[in-house]
Amino acid sequence: MLKVSVDKINDLFRAIAATQKLYLPVDTNAGAQYREWSEGVTMSQALNTNRSAKDFFFPQTENLAEFKMEGKKIEVKPQVNEYEDYVVFGVRACDAASFAILDRVFLSEPVDTFYAHRREHGTIITLACNRPAETCFCTTFGVDPAVPGGDVSAWQKGEELYLEAQTEKGEKLLQAVAGALSQAESEDIEPVKAAIRVMMEKLPLAKLSLKGIEDQKMLDLFYSDKWNALSESCLGCGTCTFVCPTCQCYDVRDFDTGNGIQRFRCWDSCMYSDFTKMAHGNIRNSQMERFRQRFMHKLVYFPENNEGIYSCVGCGRCLAKCPIHMNIVKVIKTMGGTENE
Amino acid sequence: MSERIDPLIPMVGVVTDIRVDTPDVKTFRVEAPEGGKVFEHIPGQCAMLSVPGVGEGMFSITSSPTQKNYMEFSIKKCGCVTSWLHSMEVGQMITIRGPYGNGFPVDTDFKGKDMVFIAGGIGLAPLHSVINYARDKRDQYGTIDVVYGSRSMDDLVDFPEIQNVWCKEEGMNVHLTIDREQEGWDGHVGFVPNYVKELGFDASKTFIICGPPIMIKFTLAGLTEMGIAKNQVYTTMELKMKCGIGKCGRCNIGDKYVCKDGPVFRCDQIDEMTNEY
Ligand code: SF4
Ligand code: SF4
Ligand code: FES
Repeated sequence: MLKVSVDKINDLFRAIAATQKLYLPVDTNAGAQYREWSEGVTMSQALNTNRSAKDFFFPQTENLAEFKMEGKKIEVKPQVNEYEDYVVFGVRACDAASFAILDRVFLSEPVDTFYAHRREHGTIITLACNRPAETCFCTTFGVDPAVPGGDVSAWQKGEELYLEAQTEKGEKLLQAVAGALSQAESEDIEPVKAAIRVMMEKLPLAKLSLKGIEDQKMLDLFYSDKWNALSESCLGCGTCTFVCPTCQCYDVRDFDTGNGIQRFRCWDSCMYSDFTKMAHGNIRNSQMERFRQRFMHKLVYFPENNEGIYSCVGCGRCLAKCPIHMNIVKVIKTMGGTENE
Repeated sequence: MSERIDPLIPMVGVVTDIRVDTPDVKTFRVEAPEGGKVFEHIPGQCAMLSVPGVGEGMFSITSSPTQKNYMEFSIKKCGCVTSWLHSMEVGQMITIRGPYGNGFPVDTDFKGKDMVFIAGGIGLAPLHSVINYARDKRDQYGTIDVVYGSRSMDDLVDFPEIQNVWCKEEGMNVHLTIDREQEGWDGHVGFVPNYVKELGFDASKTFIICGPPIMIKFTLAGLTEMGIAKNQVYTTMELKMKCGIGKCGRCNIGDKYVCKDGPVFRCDQIDEMTNEY
């Protein structure tokens, strides 16, 4: 265990930024967002960023290849990126847990190399949640905000920030910036952890459980008539999918640069009407069907294929951001999720 | 840094032959620029073809893997990408990646079986590969029946090959039908599902259906009436696809991804899936 005093935290940031890019949550007009740290940049005190940390590995748009077309000939030029090492500071436990879910998609064979490279080059420093929000329910998915994962975990206790490496990558980073840190005892942060756990238990969603959904059959849930009422007001805006740290659907598109064709991928949303539209029809014509797909995927299909792991980490973003106040918690409760005693 | 080529990056293929099959179906022969096949496949698998700037589309590989020198794709004109492909001339390059999907269980479940292929319209394309594969490995499979129907005589894909090769092959029975009477046609007239019932097949055979969803539905109902178990019936699914590798989420229905768990499904498996196809 190492520590740095909060008023000297810039020494730590400076030491990290001396060798690689450092990103951390910063307050902007559009809420807290990850930004590159430079001298004078201060960290946001917001509980979490507006957009999730998935952007670091799976950016909203990225180029895949360029095509040079000449007469009947085509030349393929795969996108070559210079990947540099970088550090993300201040990732919360929920977002850190989302990486393991994204890994299951992008790192399974055949590996998505763009994602893999970004993942390899990034070192994640997480930050335990001293002030969880009413919309938080990460514990429902087995996330412990008192031990937030990542390559290095950090805890704030009074005027001190404690850091502990969780992986080899984290170990290396802490060694490299050892000059900015001093030794500390692991026991020092036990009270912080205990306090977080007490706070979590008092949150309104603390007792949310998926037991009642787990016990139902996939097809029974799918054909449930409850989806109609749940999806009735959904605008199909896709906000919930874009802010979600575990949503990973994408589109592949071409763009004429005037100098060739650029193929890129960008986020897409199963909430959009053209997501499954083909020349001769659409398998999901109504918003109910699209809405059902999003939640069935997170709560039933994904766990079915991934040893019971849900594709939700309880970050609460969709609770805070949906314009009609629909969200996964309402879905869980309506579909049979229970409040544990 | 290790150089890994991403699965989304396509290779280049050259169109070396174009055959006009019907007023809206053409068959394209594709080879690698240096000759030979761009990659190997098993019957029923698909490839992502694209014309940069127009888009990518998933197509089943129509030729049999036993065809050593090239791949073929029978493609119906029905959208942007297919219209562009239809306007190509020989020598045009396209991009290609794959193979994708599970393909037919030619080395397991189909081994030694009597097989009945039932196709409607362009639905013959995915079956073409497995039919010719079984023909080329004749000793490994039982009898082959093909029931194939289209709107009209002119809409039968691969008609010359069917007439000149399949119809003459020993151990193979071809039953053609068209929806309505037509001058010059002395074969069967009527819809495929009814024709299958008229023909009547031994319930021990293996059935492989491919065609428009409505045709699949009625044919399957007919087969069930004939006492054929759903685990002896196979079909293929067609969904919108983008990645082909189970990541973009596009072709997800229930806990399956049609691009990697399909496109071939046994009909008893389909009953356990959400009805989004
Ligand atoms: S579904 Fe909602 S609560 Fe769950 S991870 Fe996504 S945005 Fe967060
Ligand atoms: S659930 Fe809410 S955020 Fe998601 S698409 Fe519907 S209206 Fe938009
Ligand atoms: S096409 Fe992308 S998941 Fe199947």
